[in-house]
Amino acid sequence: MRRAVVTSAATAAGVVLLLSLKPHEAAGPTPVIGTGSGSGTDVSQPSAAQPSAGTGAAPGSSAGSSAAPAPSGSAAPSGATRKVSGNTVNTRYGPVQVQVTLAGSRITAVDVVKYPNSERRDREINSSALPVLNQEAISAQSAHIDVVSGATYTSDGYVRSLQSALDRAKG
Amino acid sequence: MLRHAEPVMGTVFSITVRDPGPGTPAVLARIAERLHRIDAVFSIYRADSDISRLDRGEIVLADCDPEVRAVLAACREVAAETDGYFTERPDGRLDPSGWVKGWAVERASALLRASGARQYCVSGGGDVQSAGGPWRVGIADPRRPGLLAAVLAGHDLAVATSGTAERGAHIHDPHTGRPAEGLASLTLVGAPGTGIARTDAWATAAFAMGPDRALAWATRRAGIEALAVLPDGSKRWTTGLPGHFPASGPADWRAAVG
Repeated sequence: MRRAVVTSAATAAGVVLLLSLKPHEAAGPTPVIGTGSGSGTDVSQPSAAQPSAGTGAAPGSSAGSSAAPAPSGSAAPSGATRKVSGNTVNTRYGPVQVQVTLAGSRITAVDVVKYPNSERRDREINSSALPVLNQEAISAQSAHIDVVSGATYTSDGYVRSLQSALDRAKG
Repeated sequence: MLRHAEPVMGTVFSITVRDPGPGTPAVLARIAERLHRIDAVFSIYRADSDISRLDRGEIVLADCDPEVRAVLAACREVAAETDGYFTERPDGRLDPSGWVKGWAVERASALLRASGARQYCVSGGGDVQSAGGPWRVGIADPRRPGLLAAVLAGHDLAVATSGTAERGAHIHDPHTGRPAEGLASLTLVGAPGTGIARTDAWATAAFAMGPDRALAWATRRAGIEALAVLPDGSKRWTTGLPGHFPASGPADWRAAVG
């Protein structure tokens, strides 16, 4: 029960975060950014084995190859599905508005409901919302991280680890 | 800011306190002591630990440190929550390490909190509990040592990663007894309140499940998001994971990859 309550609060924070994002800055990879109408992005069907998991394509694949699964009632039996719209945000491409679909307290989809009109701009936005998770690996030095999560290292492995570099750098 | 790295439990615990007070160094010393005490009771590599002696039948549960009973009960809970993909007997012998490490991180966090700290981060060999924030958590790229596969940011997060990068194919599917396949690493992010003990044990179980089952399982479970890195480097994630991305978004990411 305690966990459920806290989760709800966290999810609400996530909604605020997502709604406050400018789409061209949105960290959302394609699975959560709905492609909108007329953008020409391919939306494939999620497979039965992964009812609402986003699928990242291998590097080099096109931007639209990830699935944007539709929220389904069965994915969240514990709450009603509802949609919450964010404020319209002016981006350098024009006004953009996002809408979050919640099943209970869980975000099941984030769609961009208002795009700038130009089709070219649509594409521009979509290309800059390329699934960030499909990027090449990120250099730790420039990512300004505080801590690293990874497979548990041995004491020897620690010496070679990023975490050890962080501990030394800021110790 | 105070940082401390403590070699214990066959790995290294790293602690960062952003709001240290005059008593913080002493608390860090107490935490180190506590972690070594946990190791002395629970290590499977020490013949004289309670766990080793219990496993050999030399003592019974009632003879053990009282925390042994609580830990084994927690292991059984996690086993039930993960359809048996977590077990306190991963290699046939009693070994609750899959719970103990994350639980030790929680104990360290509790000591920091009791000392008045509100901005701190504890990593037990790569399994992270943060308090306050935002904290930026890099997810190690399992295929390219020294690089990151993703960056997450947030407050009060628990982030645990299971994988083969550091110690090989050491996680077995309890249902088949064979090494788990299909994943290079599996990261779970627990919402505030989930706690790193559970998040870490769940990550071990989810790794044993393989990617399809793990993502479906994480999707069903409230308060948990997952990032899977497959052996070919491709990634899959639950739909809520991007909620844990840094607020500044790809602008931030471009700087990161530049």
